[in-house]
Amino acid sequence: MEILIYGTVNSVIFALIAVGFTLVYGVSRVPNFAHGSIYVLVGFLTWSFVNDLNLNYALAIILSLAIASIIGLLIYRIVLIRLRGMATSEIIASFAVSLIILEGLRMQGIAGFKGFIGPFYVLKPFVEGKIELFGIFIDYQRLIIIGAGVALVTALSVFTHHTKIGLSLRAIAQDERAAMMLGVNSDRMAMIAMSIGSALAGLAAVAILPLGNISAEVGYRVLIYALAVCIIGGLGSWGGAILASFVIGFAMKISTALFGALWESVVLVGTIIVILLFRPSGLLGKQKELEERV
Amino acid sequence: MAYLLAPRLLLIMGLLVVPLFVDMYWQRVLCSAGIYALLALGFDFLAEYAGLVCLGGALFIGTGGYIAGLLNHYFHLPPLLTIPIATVAGAAFSTMVLIPCLRLRGIYFAIISFMFPLFAVFIIIALNVFGGTEGISALDTFPSIWLELYLILAAVLVSLFAIRRLVNENMGIILRGVKDNDQAVRASGISITGYKTRAVFIAALLGCFGGAYLSHLYGWLGLSLFAMDFSILPIAATVMGGMGSLVGPVLGAFILTPMSEALRGFGQLRVVLYCLILIAFMVYKPEGIMNYLERKYHQFEKWEEV
Amino acid sequence: MAGDSILQVKKLSKSFGGVQAIMNVSFELAKGQILGVIGPNGSGKTTLVNLITGFVKPDKGEVLFNGKDITALAPHKIANLGLTRTFQVMRPYHSLSAFKNLIVPLNSPRVKRSAAGKLGDMDAVAIDILEEVGFERDARVPYKVAGSLPLGYLKRLELGRCIAMRPELIICDEVFSGLSMSEITSLIPLLERLRMEGITMIMIEHRLRELFRLADKVVVLTFGQKIAEGLAEEVMNNQMVKEAYLGTETKA
Repeated sequence: MEILIYGTVNSVIFALIAVGFTLVYGVSRVPNFAHGSIYVLVGFLTWSFVNDLNLNYALAIILSLAIASIIGLLIYRIVLIRLRGMATSEIIASFAVSLIILEGLRMQGIAGFKGFIGPFYVLKPFVEGKIELFGIFIDYQRLIIIGAGVALVTALSVFTHHTKIGLSLRAIAQDERAAMMLGVNSDRMAMIAMSIGSALAGLAAVAILPLGNISAEVGYRVLIYALAVCIIGGLGSWGGAILASFVIGFAMKISTALFGALWESVVLVGTIIVILLFRPSGLLGKQKELEERV
Repeated sequence: MAYLLAPRLLLIMGLLVVPLFVDMYWQRVLCSAGIYALLALGFDFLAEYAGLVCLGGALFIGTGGYIAGLLNHYFHLPPLLTIPIATVAGAAFSTMVLIPCLRLRGIYFAIISFMFPLFAVFIIIALNVFGGTEGISALDTFPSIWLELYLILAAVLVSLFAIRRLVNENMGIILRGVKDNDQAVRASGISITGYKTRAVFIAALLGCFGGAYLSHLYGWLGLSLFAMDFSILPIAATVMGGMGSLVGPVLGAFILTPMSEALRGFGQLRVVLYCLILIAFMVYKPEGIMNYLERKYHQFEKWEEV
Repeated sequence: MAGDSILQVKKLSKSFGGVQAIMNVSFELAKGQILGVIGPNGSGKTTLVNLITGFVKPDKGEVLFNGKDITALAPHKIANLGLTRTFQVMRPYHSLSAFKNLIVPLNSPRVKRSAAGKLGDMDAVAIDILEEVGFERDARVPYKVAGSLPLGYLKRLELGRCIAMRPELIICDEVFSGLSMSEITSLIPLLERLRMEGITMIMIEHRLRELFRLADKVVVLTFGQKIAEGLAEEVMNNQMVKEAYLGTETKA
């Protein structure tokens, strides 16, 4: 039972993290390596707003999410827009942005901007306390995570099926040329995708970070998780991403129960390698392998 | 033609002669620069000639370094043996680990190569093997600073000229073909996975040599052999120096490494700086220094004839 | 021996998503023949080529080359058996010079095997092949960067790429398309010479008049299905073929 609940929480965590990345990749085919860094940035900004500026928690969250979307937009506008189509450069550039943000945050005090001085930056959970569910104690925060996940997926679903912008995003994701012929501006859509994607990263951050610490390492870890979900689920496939989140989420929790927490990473690596060897385009991968691209 | 020869001679002479004029600290820096140069060369080769973006140079350094260090520590083999063994074995291991993603589109290679150094760190910490978080120290070092220096510089020069030869030989042509139009290569009866594997192996040889050398340079192996630095600085050096020019990345490495040393006091600011330089070049001068110079040279050449 | 069956396509089928691109297509080809494959746009001709040459795996059916089942083989292995193809969308190795484009096929296991080390200078062989397909040696055309060559030369380069493999069968995917009349007229002798050397060919084409001068027999595809097979005149008089190309009459 415990595994079921914690496994679900873990899976939703992965899903929350991966959703922003998948959105950006699906729409613009740009793998946003800066995803993890925005996650950490939002966590840090929220912490700063709450602790240094004494803002209301909710307000801090909203503010940092807004900043995150703007940053995502700027990343696209300034850097990526010139590199569209050159896959090599896109990857390198977003990777570089990621490092700038993460390593920049790692620095110690520059011009009044406090860097990470220790591992003790912690976001307080939104709601303290636990409740008992089926005989297991579970924090409210974890329930919030599940709630956030479900709400997010529903909201995104509605957004992409029923709003003009959402439909345009889907159009570009399915067939860029055709959508452009119908008047959808590919660059503008990519910018929107980047800002929503960044906001999603931020949302994931405020939901999940209270469970642990904020540090630069988390940024790399989050990026790896997002990439792992996409590889296992299939780059560009939403269903695959959700499925993969659950596969990984449960696999890791089960392995913790059986072998101990240290083997989690090994299990993750192992799953990736297995997928690459036996089903390279991912569980539900629609993007075909190299072979079939004649 | 002589104009093209002169810069090359300048480079060789420069590399061989400069070490004689600087003090020990900077000589050590040159050694580091040499390692980065090997990585940058490997990166450029893979990216421009095989179409594979390798975001994990650290994988090669770490693998080579760990194998050499472990051979030295547990089996007491001297550097003379550990370095060659680690170079080849490390390259074989790294290549095998990367093979599953060679059949797939380039982006998978980028992602996987990025993840592996970090995974290696997770696994070493989790299983607490190979010295765990503390690493292993008291490995053999080189008997003299001159050997250290000229070994790595020689390695850089040899690799540079070897790869330059390679890209004009059959293998290089096929690789460039794969990059331009892989389906046509397959229609010509050639297995592209096979050639990509060879390309990765070659780049891995360079990196693993660097790693093996590094562990004997400081006599120590640890998790820092998988540091992000080794993945990002070669990329910055390549973009700055000029992708595809092979010499450019080497040049870039010899510029960025001393610069990063000079900024050592600023801690992680260095990485931020490499990345800012990287992005600046990518956005404003994507061809990089060497390609720019070469283009200008051709322009001047045409002027003269008129 | 001429006349032996070199290629047998049996009940090939392939669908992409919900679209049935090729359905139940079968035909046979004898050595030394030239087969024409025609049909309106979208009838699945290129998919058929991809299925035969291994670039796409069929859902059902099999392909036999010289009696050997090649259905599940990878494209490069099929090419090494002597079955080569050109690409409809021209994609040379644009950063390499023209003759270096041929170095790639000259390095294939098939060529290395048959030459057994007696190939000599690969560059010279490449230039010879280019001359065979019509690149003027004196004008230094073979040395030009492939990306800068006009279409006529690129088509010849594609054929050169196939010829370099010393193939038994070449599939030409719309090799005439985009060329002017005079370019086509100058390409035909090359194709006839290849036939005289014993190379079997399949030609996917839209230019029916030129195709019928070369083809021994013709297969017609519509919406992924074979609707006719036979000699050129027979096929063109077939009612279904006419409808496929011209549409049916509407009663006024």
